[in-house]
Amino acid sequence: MLELVDVVKQVGAQTHISNVSLTLESASLNVLLGPTLSGKTSLMRLMAGLDKPTGGDIRMKGESVLGRSVRRRSVAMVYQQFINYPSFTVYENIASPMRMARHDKKTIDRRVREAADLLKLGEFLDRTPLNLSGGQQQRTALARALVKDAELVLLDEPLANLDYKLREELRDELPRLFARTGAILVYATTEPQEALLLGGRTATMAEGRVTQFGDTIDVYNQPHDLLTAQTFADPPLNTAKVRLQGGQLQMDAHAIGSPRESLADGEYSVAIRPHHLSLMETSSHVVSLPVHIDSTEITGSETFIHVSTANDSWVVLTHGVHRVHKGDTLMVHLDPSRFYLFDANGDLVQSPVTHARAA
Amino acid sequence: MAHITLDQLAHSYLPNPAQPADFALRQIDYVWEDGGAYALLGPSGCGKTTLLNIISGLLTPSKGRVLFNDRDVTTLTPEERNIAQVFQFPVIYDTMTVAENLAFPLRNRGVDKHEITKRVDEMLETLDLTGKARRRASNLTADEKQKISLGRGLVRYDVNAILFDEPLTVIDPHMKWQLRTKLKELHEQFEHTMIYVTHDQTEALTFADKVVVMYEGQVVQIGTPEELFDEPAHTFVGYFIGSPGMNIFPGQVAQHSVSVAGKELRLQRQYEPETQGIEIGIRPEFVSIVDRREAGVDSMPLEVQAVEDIGRFRIVRGEVDGHKVDALIGEDDIIPESAAAVFDPSRINVYKDSHLVKGQA
Amino acid sequence: MDKPFNNKAWLFVLPVFVLVAISAIIPLMTVVNYSVQDTFGNNEFFWAGTEWFSDVLSSDRFRESLVRNLTFSAIILIIEIPLGIAIALCMPRKGVWVSVCLVLMALPLLIPWNVVGTIWQVFGRSDIGLFGKSLSVIGIDFNYGQSWIQSWIIVILMDVWHWTSLVVLLCYSGLVAIPEAYYQAARIDGASKWKVFRYIQLPKMQRVLLIAVLLRFMDSFMIYTEPFVLTGGGPGSTTTFLSIDLVKMAIGQFDLGPAAAMSLIYFLIILLLSWVFYTVMTNFGIDAPDRREGAD
Repeated sequence: MLELVDVVKQVGAQTHISNVSLTLESASLNVLLGPTLSGKTSLMRLMAGLDKPTGGDIRMKGESVLGRSVRRRSVAMVYQQFINYPSFTVYENIASPMRMARHDKKTIDRRVREAADLLKLGEFLDRTPLNLSGGQQQRTALARALVKDAELVLLDEPLANLDYKLREELRDELPRLFARTGAILVYATTEPQEALLLGGRTATMAEGRVTQFGDTIDVYNQPHDLLTAQTFADPPLNTAKVRLQGGQLQMDAHAIGSPRESLADGEYSVAIRPHHLSLMETSSHVVSLPVHIDSTEITGSETFIHVSTANDSWVVLTHGVHRVHKGDTLMVHLDPSRFYLFDANGDLVQSPVTHARAA
Repeated sequence: MAHITLDQLAHSYLPNPAQPADFALRQIDYVWEDGGAYALLGPSGCGKTTLLNIISGLLTPSKGRVLFNDRDVTTLTPEERNIAQVFQFPVIYDTMTVAENLAFPLRNRGVDKHEITKRVDEMLETLDLTGKARRRASNLTADEKQKISLGRGLVRYDVNAILFDEPLTVIDPHMKWQLRTKLKELHEQFEHTMIYVTHDQTEALTFADKVVVMYEGQVVQIGTPEELFDEPAHTFVGYFIGSPGMNIFPGQVAQHSVSVAGKELRLQRQYEPETQGIEIGIRPEFVSIVDRREAGVDSMPLEVQAVEDIGRFRIVRGEVDGHKVDALIGEDDIIPESAAAVFDPSRINVYKDSHLVKGQA
Repeated sequence: MDKPFNNKAWLFVLPVFVLVAISAIIPLMTVVNYSVQDTFGNNEFFWAGTEWFSDVLSSDRFRESLVRNLTFSAIILIIEIPLGIAIALCMPRKGVWVSVCLVLMALPLLIPWNVVGTIWQVFGRSDIGLFGKSLSVIGIDFNYGQSWIQSWIIVILMDVWHWTSLVVLLCYSGLVAIPEAYYQAARIDGASKWKVFRYIQLPKMQRVLLIAVLLRFMDSFMIYTEPFVLTGGGPGSTTTFLSIDLVKMAIGQFDLGPAAAMSLIYFLIILLLSWVFYTVMTNFGIDAPDRREGAD
């Protein structure tokens, strides 16, 4: 179990990490989600012991590890840029942590071959990294991390430099590979979709702070604040400022319904996901809003329609192919039960109604 | 503006290519229409960057010709072809300001000073960079730098084509959205021929009118996003486009039906009966999940192994008769205890030796 | 908070520390000691304060040597830096010839410095030296022992031959690091070769150039062995640089006080000028802080 208690990292005048407290259980998959420069890599370096925090404590299984150097900690790290020893073969690369730990030859051989099989590198064992494709190089780096049998495995956007489909494959395999070792897996990414596909628990990060930490799908469905909601949205969240008056929510002179519980009058922000806007009026999509069409993008199975309201740019995501004309006015229909409402401070006051779901 | 013709074009990095496998790019004949937005989509090593570099002039092909508006440009340099290229990582001149960066290509071509100022100002506005015109280009964010790279190409009105080599690689997901929309707007505004290389299907499908899917040096299919989605000409296209990709099963086809997993499924078109090398493909979007007890004749028992919740829909990963099946269900849909999968008959594609067989209506 | 590392590691540094102390710090302190004392002989010293320093600074001999050094360094930088860049630009970046060129460039740097001096001494002789003889065949009477212009020319030629390679290798490493995409983009932008040099290559070489300039400046300002072997400081004192002067004073004349003072002044001058170079180059280079003009 890894605990971060009020960790702060300041470099000169800049605060890279401010007051982060997290508890990561063993045999868990934890995702750090946030844009570039939000502090994910800084936080991982602190967890690994490559940097010292300027404040706070880091504890492994209850004991503070601040005094321990990286080499004495049980940690493995995989980077975005496929880092391998360029002059070693794949076999030697994978074997290197065990050679440094002075295991005997037989054990090394067995475990290298096991790891290579798991990562489908069996036939490449005597090649050097430069003679491998990107995907294979990253698999080598992962195999090296796997054999180290570390208690903490840190993955810093490991799939970002890989092809789309390759990424899908590896993303599938990764959690299963490390699950059997019982390690704490920490995976940094900028893509919300990736966090959702990985599952586990997610910590959303922005500007050096962890804005929320919990089960991934819960953070997605119930963000505590607007910033978390926006970090965890792909396509971007549609937001607008609204005013609550006399129980009615007003957006740019349009009435868009009432909040489910009574709230104080004032300024709020409403957020609605692009796929909760419909081009047709239905029993649930009862609020209608005229918008101006800016452009459309068709992916073959879905259509993204970029529209503008009086003050904001929104995206409508519909199933199927819809051809609409730029410059036209369109009526979009909103389902008020899917609204997120945030107060003037950005805190959540209303989240969508959870509909029936099973297993 | 130009329409670009590829005439029996092929390329090998080896001096004496003998077999097809020696070619990084196998023979391609195609005409890129003037003003079209195209995407070259494929995995790493499929030859898309090679093709792009041949079109731009950075690479001379070992065979075949490239024609711009029917003029043979195969041996001409990029400057002589009057094209612009945006690279994977932003390429800007560090010592110049944003405005100077944009003016650079015009100054090199001896354009009149007033004209330069006018065009640069217009471009700054189009790219939303007016406020940063006098700032040092090296101090901007990655997406702003990419905009500058793009702007340097667009600022030349007479450019024949603009080529993009995975330009959004270094950009964050949020900015990717904005830049993609911006690219599309720019295409509509300037109407240049644009060719966009990527391995990301969303980028390719949203940007292009026509997508060229490539695999191992060969063009596998050229079509609109809908065509690629509905009727992939090759099982590779079915797999590569769509996340998750198409489900492919071995089967046997009779005149009006196909037998898969021990069941006969009706097809909407007529086919030649075949037993060898037949596979059927169906996209996860068209696999619905019903309760086994209420299921009809066309359903197959589905063993659900995992459910991935990605917010707006969920991916059900399971097995039918030992074959992996993925299905997509909505965020509110219920998965029954004992599940069965139903394939939408109008969406079943038949493949022989990996190529699409079009049935008769 | 616990200390992160084991303090026993300091014990490993101790031997180095002792070594540096004996070979560098203690002698330096001794020099400082000498520079503020005077002696009447018999190993009796008394405090002289800044007397030696003001003596040295006001002596004509020192000033002349200083001017010679500054002139020499300036000429060296003006010749070697552009020449080094030019050669680096001509070197191939890929292929078989890369190793050949790198080895050729490295050769002059491998020769011991006094041997360099000797080589050029022979080279420049008008009777048996290749250079000297060819000149006299053309009709130029080359005798660097007698003409100060000719002695300067040969010293400069020798230094350029010896040290330009360093600039070449440094600039080459900077050039090789530039990704191909920049050149491709420049071609597409229609940039001429000069513009490619000015807007892509030169800015990207800036950091290496800084190192090259600093190294060449410091080494040329401190130059001793080669000119000493070549010309001995002559004819007269026309190639007597500060270092040579210093040695004459300290060892020849055994004037320890002024020699010590002069060496400290020498050291401080180098430090000052290096700092100036460094500040100027980092403030006008691509790493320079942005000077904002107008609103964001």
